[in-house]
Amino acid sequence: MEEKLVLHFPPTLIDKPIISDLVRKYDLHFNILKAYITPEEEGNLVLELKGEEKNLNSAIEELKNMGVKVQSIKSDVKMIEERCIHCTVCIPLCPVGAIYFEKETESVKFNPEKCIACGICIKACPTKAMVLTI
Amino acid sequence: MRKTIAEINEKIKKGKAVVVTAEELIDMCKKQGVKKVAKEIDVVTTGTFGPMCSSGLFINFGHANPRIKMGGGKVYLNGVPAYAGLAAVDVYIGASALPDNDPRNTEYPGDFKYGGGHVIEDLVAGKEVKLEVMTYKTDCYPRKELSTWIKLSDVNEAILFNPRNCYQNYNVAVNLSKKTIYTYMGILKPELGNANYCSAGQLSPLLKDPYLKTIGFGTRIFLGGGVGYVAWWGTQFNPSVKRRKNGIPLSPGCTLALIGDLKQMKPEFLRGASLTGYGVSLIVGIGIPIPVLNEEICRWAAIPDEEIYAPVVDYSNDYPNCKDKVLGEVNYAQLKSGKIELMGKEVPTGSLSSYKKAKEIASILKEWILKGEFLLTEKIFDFPGPESGYTFKSLKIRE
Repeated sequence: MEEKLVLHFPPTLIDKPIISDLVRKYDLHFNILKAYITPEEEGNLVLELKGEEKNLNSAIEELKNMGVKVQSIKSDVKMIEERCIHCTVCIPLCPVGAIYFEKETESVKFNPEKCIACGICIKACPTKAMVLTI
Repeated sequence: MRKTIAEINEKIKKGKAVVVTAEELIDMCKKQGVKKVAKEIDVVTTGTFGPMCSSGLFINFGHANPRIKMGGGKVYLNGVPAYAGLAAVDVYIGASALPDNDPRNTEYPGDFKYGGGHVIEDLVAGKEVKLEVMTYKTDCYPRKELSTWIKLSDVNEAILFNPRNCYQNYNVAVNLSKKTIYTYMGILKPELGNANYCSAGQLSPLLKDPYLKTIGFGTRIFLGGGVGYVAWWGTQFNPSVKRRKNGIPLSPGCTLALIGDLKQMKPEFLRGASLTGYGVSLIVGIGIPIPVLNEEICRWAAIPDEEIYAPVVDYSNDYPNCKDKVLGEVNYAQLKSGKIELMGKEVPTGSLSSYKKAKEIASILKEWILKGEFLLTEKIFDFPGPESGYTFKSLKIRE
């Protein structure tokens, strides 16, 4: 089983090797998609966790008990092309480069494979071309 | 080599006018030189498609039976208030009007999902819009309330009148603070996280005729997909702004007031905009033809992105507090590359204005002229120039 998660660590947990401990304990594979610390010193980690369903669920449970906020990325961001005016205002905001400018067509393009559903493009788009589907 | 607008119009009518977009002109001038190109080309078309809050629509609904006096009452279109301080059934709905119950920024940053700009987009798209009126009774206008549906074809006049569009150059917005800010220039990430601009640069109408030698009162233009006119100089008009040698202003300069019949326009070129944490607006498509009357006009129209510089301004502290501080100057070629260098940092850029749509507009206007459907106009009078002393004042607050 595989799951994409956003983890929010409170400042008190930032310096602890939580993920590394969990991965060993529950025999999980992980792939970090993005990691950053906000100005309020909250740690944010977007990662894919792979492993047996039982182990994965126990790991998520343990994270929650430690005070880590766990958010599952089950929702998808979609681009409604007819609404896009190709202005480019969303591009520098996308943390993973899922939205990019295609020079040949002078168009804004969206690669859903890269998207981590952070939703910043939805807030940024003046014509509501980016939407969340659940 | 001097041409007149009358001569150019004769050529347009005969299908013999040579028309290019500003982008095509730049290429030609680079290859062949301005002198040669100026002789060959009759008209250069320009275009822009960006949010312009100072836009709005006059509507005359016609009279209901029994009559109702909207003037002095309250009028809503899809819940968005329209200005009703006019005659009985005339209103004006502004692009940035919001429903009374919109939470605005009480839920910061506000979504601003629907407002005046969206009402205008819905009308131009032919959609049904709810009209609600609450007012007082008079002997000649006995009805006090009204609730009905209208669409663009139902109303008498629908006149788009925008007091300020087409800014001649604009700020590049950045955020020097430590938290994300939500502005009319978009979402700005902390500590120079991104830089947003809002101009079509080398295609933008007033950057192509920096001293408004050919653009004035009465100039016929492309407006929202239909034909419109320059109705006055725009609000916050500032011809006296400092300029580079090539005439390009160092900071926002001239503007235009525009007018046109909404019934001719198309939703592809008039779009409502929601700016998170700021409000709503209207994205307006504008194209202005520039007659190549002489070499000088051609030279201006051929100014490329590399020679058009915009000032970089901090929107976290300097802009809100009216500090005229410029952090740096960057040109539109740099801005369009996707990143700029600023204060020793590489900063990714984004635009609120769509260059792709601007190009489409310039091409459509070119086609109209080539087909002989769109003739050029002589301006009726000139707008104040840099020598006039006309400038942009700030509001002084007094007791």
